[in-house]
Amino acid sequence: MNHFGFTINKDNTIDYDNNDRSLANEVLSHEPSLYRCIQCGSCAGTCTAGSFTDYNFRKMHLLMRRGEIQHLRLAVEKCILCGKCQLICPRGVNTRNVIRQIRIALDKMN
Amino acid sequence: MKETEKHILIVGAGPAGIEAAEHLSDLGYQISIVEKDEAIGGKLNNWHQLFPDHRPAKEVLSHLVNKLPKNVKFYLNSTVTKTIKEENLFNVEINGKTKIQCDSILLTVGFDVFDARIKEEYGYGIYDNVVTSADLEHIFNQNNKILTTQGKIPKKIAFINCVGSRDEKVGNLYCSSVCCVTGVKQAIEAKQMAPDAEVFMFYMDIRMYGRFYEDLYLEAQEKYHVQFIRGRLSEVAELQDGSLLLKADDTLAGCPIKVHADLVVLLIGFVPAASCNSLSKMLNIECAKDGFFAPCDVHIDRNSTGTEGIYMAGACTGPKNLEASLADARSAALKIHYHLVHGKATNLINELS
Repeated sequence: MNHFGFTINKDNTIDYDNNDRSLANEVLSHEPSLYRCIQCGSCAGTCTAGSFTDYNFRKMHLLMRRGEIQHLRLAVEKCILCGKCQLICPRGVNTRNVIRQIRIALDKMN
Repeated sequence: MKETEKHILIVGAGPAGIEAAEHLSDLGYQISIVEKDEAIGGKLNNWHQLFPDHRPAKEVLSHLVNKLPKNVKFYLNSTVTKTIKEENLFNVEINGKTKIQCDSILLTVGFDVFDARIKEEYGYGIYDNVVTSADLEHIFNQNNKILTTQGKIPKKIAFINCVGSRDEKVGNLYCSSVCCVTGVKQAIEAKQMAPDAEVFMFYMDIRMYGRFYEDLYLEAQEKYHVQFIRGRLSEVAELQDGSLLLKADDTLAGCPIKVHADLVVLLIGFVPAASCNSLSKMLNIECAKDGFFAPCDVHIDRNSTGTEGIYMAGACTGPKNLEASLADARSAALKIHYHLVHGKATNLINELS
């Protein structure tokens, strides 16, 4: 086979139709307050872990909702469950239980 | 129009109350106004310039006040303490002593501004240079320039949207509707007064719902280079040099952001006037879940209460800008006129039942 010196990259687009959103649906069914999120970022702005790592609750959750779950396990382990995000959330999302439900759902998947 | 014996009591001498007084007086009614403060004009007294055209607030205020007929009777520093309805008349007690009788009551009690100290993480009342949008209008009025509490021209100014609005943690889920445009207006004025300053605005959504508001937004970006950061402010900390450190998630960049500022302006929202609650009990008027008076019908009868003869207008039925309050007042004036002319209430509840 000839090698032309390039490969085909994975499409950068979120493939919403084909992505697996079952994990997000499971988390949402256990913690429906997550439906209330308006992506204001108060959680990520106040996050202690987020100051030192690339952990970002807002973004992680959004990607999960879009079915982009490949980095979810690594991300969710960075949360120290301190609960500052829950204190600040203007929509009253139970963020700590979201983390817990993501961890449970990921364990079930494997 | 010929003067009638009919007497209308208006509660609250803000723009809505004054506007209704003028039109009802024009229609020939006797008007009394009860006002809790020592001056009329309400919150308009505290504004420096109005959106969207930076018109001096005093210009509109004096226009309103000058139109008021001389025979309007004012009860200043006063509140309604008791009301008894007999047949079609209301016996009203003012300040626990003065008794008057009227045929109809119009509530234009307006709103209170959100107490920013409740959002402790923003440091209002703790850090010197965290002020509210209402404070800033006062600063503009006093100095005609923008200054920090230490009297210096700020180099970095941050405006914070949705303080006390859209926030379950303070119990206010609603949008106060005018803070976005107030903030953009003030950001432009801040840049005009301190051209070298960097001006930021932290927001969740910019809601420029009114005519010419979007132009103001565009002007803030293009002409004044205001930097809009999409993220709700998480916290403010005061540093040793007195400057303020702001932390938020820059949601569009996808990572947290920190910015220093030497003046932070909290764009505070509306809350129901303190008298909303007491009047609702006294007059048997319903409040909606947001605490503001509930209109009889949100689309087609905004001025009637469930009680015949009592009407309402302005920001006591939810956040409104000045022109909406004035239009609402004129609409209520007409409603009262029909009620008094036809004798029978024309409000929707009666029509439907």
